[in-house]
Amino acid sequence: MSKWYLEKGPESDVAISSRVRLARNLEKYTFPSRISDEEAVKLVDEIKTLVLSSDKFKGYNFSYFNMQLIDPLNRQVLVEKHLISPDLARGNKPSAALISRDEKISMMVNEEDHLRIQCLFSGMQIDNAVKLGKIVDDKLDSLVEYAFDKEFGYLTCCPTNLGTGIRISIMMHLPGLAMSGYLNSIFEACSKLGVAVRGMYGEHTEAQGNLFQFSNQVTLGQSDEEIAKNIKNIAAQIIEQERRLREQLYSQNKYMMEDKIFRSLGVIQNARIISSDESLKLLSYVRMGVDMGIIKTVSTETLNEIMLITRPACLQKIIGRELSPEERDIERANLIRSRLNTNSGEH
Amino acid sequence: MLCQNCNKRPAKVHFTKIVNNSKVEMYLCEQCANEKSGLNINIGMPTDLNNLIAKFMGVPAEFPSFESVPRCTNCGMDFHEFQKTGKLGCSKCYAAFGERLKPLLKRIHGSVTHTGKVPARVSSTIETTREIERLQQLLQQAIIEEKYEDAAIIRDRIQELKSGRSNTGEAKSGGQFYE
Repeated sequence: MSKWYLEKGPESDVAISSRVRLARNLEKYTFPSRISDEEAVKLVDEIKTLVLSSDKFKGYNFSYFNMQLIDPLNRQVLVEKHLISPDLARGNKPSAALISRDEKISMMVNEEDHLRIQCLFSGMQIDNAVKLGKIVDDKLDSLVEYAFDKEFGYLTCCPTNLGTGIRISIMMHLPGLAMSGYLNSIFEACSKLGVAVRGMYGEHTEAQGNLFQFSNQVTLGQSDEEIAKNIKNIAAQIIEQERRLREQLYSQNKYMMEDKIFRSLGVIQNARIISSDESLKLLSYVRMGVDMGIIKTVSTETLNEIMLITRPACLQKIIGRELSPEERDIERANLIRSRLNTNSGEH
Repeated sequence: MLCQNCNKRPAKVHFTKIVNNSKVEMYLCEQCANEKSGLNINIGMPTDLNNLIAKFMGVPAEFPSFESVPRCTNCGMDFHEFQKTGKLGCSKCYAAFGERLKPLLKRIHGSVTHTGKVPARVSSTIETTREIERLQQLLQQAIIEEKYEDAAIIRDRIQELKSGRSNTGEAKSGGQFYE
């Protein structure tokens, strides 16, 4: 169903995904904060026509999603796949998303800015994400007139994105740091270095399953490359710390760690009812076990897939109908069991 | 109701103080409340904690209400509205509010000048501007170091760039002296 998670990216034992987001506005339209519905429809149509009909975008096979025409469940599926923001998914104004077939590129139209270009890669691939973002941005730049100022750079609706309009983020799985109680000191260090830490689904979301997103705060006065270098350096250090702590925890508490990991696997492989929260929590320990070579019967790709398809909207999409929360917990348990047992040969 | 301390200004703060286990309640104006409490009570401060931008701006201190409020002539947004929402209305707002935005930008980004990627349509002019700025710094340096021959070459190159006669082979070869 999805694409990026089917690949196992570099440093995938800690780095889950790398993402670049560019905020852009068109000179001729009012910003989304004040745009009329009539003008917004024109904007959406203009971008849709450009992307779907221009030769420049042919190879990417973009699909178009009008937020006011697709139903809430399908919008939520796109949120769970990290292809659109929860804000866009509200669908309360004329807005759209254009998504490439491999789901590495998505463009949101009339979100907080006229255009949000996103490139998403598996594992630690910040450079590839930045590179693809630049290619897509240059293509659009040749087709529209961006709002730009010599002094302030790319003009954005909110001054926090002004300048480069770039937000580079990396999602990391940090059970080692969490278990040894070092998360807060990492977060403090990050905030001093201009790096924001958020939960899995970006702004205003909670951290679930020891998954954290690290992204740059400053967008003005540094080049895209400098910002990328900064995030890469910080991510590299966190990855190193996380690996070191996992090893240390394991060497000092072998049986406790193995117990936690195999109990998690046991529960998730046998549960008949499981909530989204519980599954994320257990998957975190199972993933750590797989990444450390303690569990050998499950692959990272299977875990990535399970993590996505057990989210509420994706789950209902797979089952093919709307489910009550109780039904979801049952279907989630079924789906996880079938995925894990097919791949591991256990029952 | 007038302030119970100065009896001049209108009371805006309900002030409670515990002295030796007994409660003293007073209705004070902003100024007297500040003096009495030693705390900086600022009534005009937005109470919405989520609205960080507005908090960043320090609204009442910087912009007394008698001062005229700048307004963007393109989209009609005024500066107070921006302070409330933290969002600008159109690309022209930046020009309309420019000087007032700079302290905020400095606080958010530590900088007020873009140095990154630029759109293709303006890239040549911006690159020229950035090159002139770079050369002007080199020129100052050359003068301080009393390298007058280099300084003359740099000065000529700046003149060339300013008059638009740039990017000739001759100018490029001259450029090697200070690359």
